[in-house]
Amino acid sequence: MTASPAVPEPASAPAAPVRGSRGRHAGPAVAQPTGADLRAAAAGRARRILSVLRAHPLATTGGLIIVAVIVFCFGGPAVYHTDQFHVFLSQANLSPRAGHPFGTDNDGNDELGRLMKGGQVSLEVGAAAGVLAALLGSLWGATAGYLGGVIDAVMMRIVDAGIAIPAIVLLLVLVSLYRLSTAMLVLVIAATSWLSTARLVRGEALVLRSREYVQAARVMGGGGLRAIVRHIAPNAMGTIVVNVTFQIANAILLLAALSWLGLGVPYPSVDWGDMLNAATQLIDNGYWWQILAPSVAIVVVVVALTMLGDGLRDGLAHDE
Amino acid sequence: MTAYLARRVLQAVAVVVLVTLIVFGLLSLAPGNALSAVLGSGGAHQQFLLAYLTWLGRVLRGNLGFSSRLNVSVSTLLVASLPRTLVLTGVSTLIALLIAVPIGLVQAVRRSTATDHVLRGVTYLGYAMPTFVLGALLLLFLAVDLHWFAAEGPQAPGIIGFATDLRALTLPVLTLTLMTVAIFARYMRSSALDSLGQEYVEAARARGAGQRRVLLAHVLRNSLVPVVTLLGLSLPQIVGGAVLVEGLFNIQGMGWQIWQAALRQDAPVTLGFTLVIGVAAAIGSLLADVGYALLDPRVRYAQQ
Repeated sequence: MTASPAVPEPASAPAAPVRGSRGRHAGPAVAQPTGADLRAAAAGRARRILSVLRAHPLATTGGLIIVAVIVFCFGGPAVYHTDQFHVFLSQANLSPRAGHPFGTDNDGNDELGRLMKGGQVSLEVGAAAGVLAALLGSLWGATAGYLGGVIDAVMMRIVDAGIAIPAIVLLLVLVSLYRLSTAMLVLVIAATSWLSTARLVRGEALVLRSREYVQAARVMGGGGLRAIVRHIAPNAMGTIVVNVTFQIANAILLLAALSWLGLGVPYPSVDWGDMLNAATQLIDNGYWWQILAPSVAIVVVVVALTMLGDGLRDGLAHDE
Repeated sequence: MTAYLARRVLQAVAVVVLVTLIVFGLLSLAPGNALSAVLGSGGAHQQFLLAYLTWLGRVLRGNLGFSSRLNVSVSTLLVASLPRTLVLTGVSTLIALLIAVPIGLVQAVRRSTATDHVLRGVTYLGYAMPTFVLGALLLLFLAVDLHWFAAEGPQAPGIIGFATDLRALTLPVLTLTLMTVAIFARYMRSSALDSLGQEYVEAARARGAGQRRVLLAHVLRNSLVPVVTLLGLSLPQIVGGAVLVEGLFNIQGMGWQIWQAALRQDAPVTLGFTLVIGVAAAIGSLLADVGYALLDPRVRYAQQ
């Protein structure tokens, strides 16, 4: 490392011609060493996350529980066959017994089988929306933090305004305007929950943009987008990975809340929130098993994701 | 301090303007002529900016338009429902603070002991359990099975009757309180851990201050300061929780109104209420920051 060069002029002069040529000439010369370094760094980071998992029982337990739930929901129906499409009124609202270990619901559908089927929707929508929200928020935050100044101020005020409106309220507004398909629900849930990630990553980007390697990339003529995608985002990856786990948990809770309010995934899809909706309507009858099964499922998944995220964060913090 | 205040107020104004833009943008995108339900048939055909300013002018005069499904104005619904939500969230937040502060402090002092782990597990659970699951379980066991409480929130028409019907109000308040405790306690724990590591704690110990004095006079006081910010920042979360609690316990507050409006696709109502909640949260966050600066001189000086 040459520590000698005084902090160079901000890259305005050299950046202009290079940006004009879209980096075709300067690109490879800058990219090759950087790219190799990045790949090595990425591999190192993946190893580090694995070793953190091993060293932190909290994170490992959380991860194992999530794997178990995924196997239960997606592999379970192959072993435990149930009919979730027809109505069996003679079998309605049975308490847990042989043949129906978790009882049945108001339509006579087996609760254990429904738990698997509903779990598929909860996990799929939750994972998709959570990852999307984290991606969106990371890009927004990294851009704001890297650019700084007026653009940063405007971008972060937009985040402030979004955070002022509770996510569930904004979701209710959106579903009051349109009846949404499952894919649209993913988009809408992500659109209401990327804000916290944006704040988090912006803080990280503010620190990173003053580091030498980012400065160096700018001096050598790398454009803003390049700095954000190749330098800021990968180095904020620890923060982002941890945040993904929280975002997925959050998305699962939001979807469950929407479904519970009767505004979730369109019929005949069900998720755990829909099961709770059906159960809550019969709550005065005391059918406890209908409430307990989806409740426990939601809580277990969210606790496991939180444990995984907290453990990873602690581990990554100790490493640095 | 004045410069900091001025800048912070300016920021809050920008946020409020953006909230109004978001709400108005959604309103003009809404199908079924929601905009003309609010602006009247002439207003809806203006250009965006002009329509926005017309709308903003009316909102500032307290006119949020009419429901597109019911024969009432949005303000009428708001006036009827706001006090119930205020009572529900206010009482719950207050009790939650009284519970969460000691819990967080105990966790920080007994860090990494069995007490910490157990309390951490409980707050995890409170955080992970959706408000309506927690409420449904409480309802199932305490109201349906044991008949200790009413299975529904207070239905009295007046706010005094609402606030004094303890048999009916206890479960909703308890549900929202437990949810809020989970948010606050996690925060209080890390805040107290921060304070415990500060030099003034060591200095106080070196002067011979006992554990009780160190905790009450130094750690507690200093870790309460960030709680002011927390209060301001969790306002949206608490209101979000209130939506679900009101839905579960059939309390005709703001959240219940938004939910019912969403079910009948009544955009003027959902958006009018959203506007009020967003502006209130922006103001809450401003007040929290100002309070923080008043309590902690380091914030004032750092900003200069």
